[in-house]
Amino acid sequence: MAIRQPNELHPKVEVKDLDLYYGQHQALKKVSLTFYANQVTAIIGPSGCGKSTLLRCLNRMNDTIPGIRVEGRVALDGTDIYGRRQDLTRLRKSVGMVFQRPNVFPLSILDNVAYGPKVHGLKDRARLSEIVERSLAAVGLWGEVRERLNVSALELSLGNRQLLCLARLVAVEPEVILLDEPASALDPISTLRIEELMRELQKEYTIIIVTHNMQQAARASDRTAFMLSGELVEYGETRQIFTNPRDTRTERYVTGKL
Amino acid sequence: MSVRESFDRELQVLQKDLLKMGMVAEDMVHKALQALANRDAALADTVLAMDDDVDRLNLDIESRCLQLIALQQPMAKDLRTIAAVMKIITDVERVGDYAVDIAKESVKLADRPLFKPLVDIPRMAELVKKMLRESLEGFVTRDLNLIHQMIRHDDDVDHLYKYLFDELMQFMEKDPKLVYQALHLLMITRSLERIADHITNIGERVIYMETGEMKELHA
Repeated sequence: MAIRQPNELHPKVEVKDLDLYYGQHQALKKVSLTFYANQVTAIIGPSGCGKSTLLRCLNRMNDTIPGIRVEGRVALDGTDIYGRRQDLTRLRKSVGMVFQRPNVFPLSILDNVAYGPKVHGLKDRARLSEIVERSLAAVGLWGEVRERLNVSALELSLGNRQLLCLARLVAVEPEVILLDEPASALDPISTLRIEELMRELQKEYTIIIVTHNMQQAARASDRTAFMLSGELVEYGETRQIFTNPRDTRTERYVTGKL
Repeated sequence: MSVRESFDRELQVLQKDLLKMGMVAEDMVHKALQALANRDAALADTVLAMDDDVDRLNLDIESRCLQLIALQQPMAKDLRTIAAVMKIITDVERVGDYAVDIAKESVKLADRPLFKPLVDIPRMAELVKKMLRESLEGFVTRDLNLIHQMIRHDDDVDHLYKYLFDELMQFMEKDPKLVYQALHLLMITRSLERIADHITNIGERVIYMETGEMKELHA
């Protein structure tokens, strides 16, 4: 696949001078970067570097944490999501998130996928089952589960439960999908399946993934951001970050010397 | 402080073995020229035997590079180093092959005195050996000045090659009896010129390893 240059890309999420404090502790320091539409962007860095915190800023998942303070700007398609008039439910519909542990609801497979559209007010059964099929097909699960849509989602394997979480997201037609270590609890085959799926999903969505696994970032992303102690150290094309990083701290991290 | 000490150690050993391989190749060029100058067929045989060592090192280093890539998933400069080693060994192996060609030519010339004393061919060989040392030292020390120095020597080698080509042609035109020797001497100069080209490839890889930039060094 040809690498597209930033000027051919459409900025989807723009982060500008983002500071985040947990009480006295500053977890993000003047972070500025642009996530582009239909790209997979990986955020890497050692534990505690702020990568998950940054990810969670993108759909305001940090808001509920007591003592938190966010300064700076995060814009989705040019609109500040920290603006006073931002509707959080709507934001999280547009910017969905998948977590490390697949958090399926203790409901049937069908109800897991239909849950979101129902919450957003869809009642038409035919339309709902269409969405369920399309969403499960989008994550490659449809063939496996079509005959048992009414069994509990908890009966699925861990890898399939994670795929179901993605299907649940896709069902509400988000624009951006945030993945926080989505494969770290999964076996290698399920991991590769998630990575392949990201490549498929990027045709329709903007994908941002936080991962500890550098090889995963290298395999599955177009662009990579490296963070250290709350700062964005380097951001560029994945192929450049992993073959010829410009910053010596990035160099040390990706070669295992940090 | 690296958390990948065993990997770093393996990478060091790999580079040391490449250096060893390069030194064997340099010695082969040296001995092949001595065999020519001293009409020493036994020494020429030694060169042929040394080529087995170079070939063995080539395969051994290549398979270790592949193992490191598969098992350690190297990144950034580590990856570039391994990629450089994999390319460089091919060029060093070719240097060895050309030294063998020179040794074989020297055997063909050993049975009678040469029609002229050897002056420019040994000069060319000295330059080539110097180039090989510069590129390998540049590889080890990451000193790109050595690489640029080596490239200047490549220009000298090219000039000598053109000069020798014309000179040997003239001998052949003047006296058909000289064709046999002149032709074999020409083959030797051609081999030396080819060796120098492979050495510039090594320089390109050292630059890539250090800067991440791929560029052609040939003038």
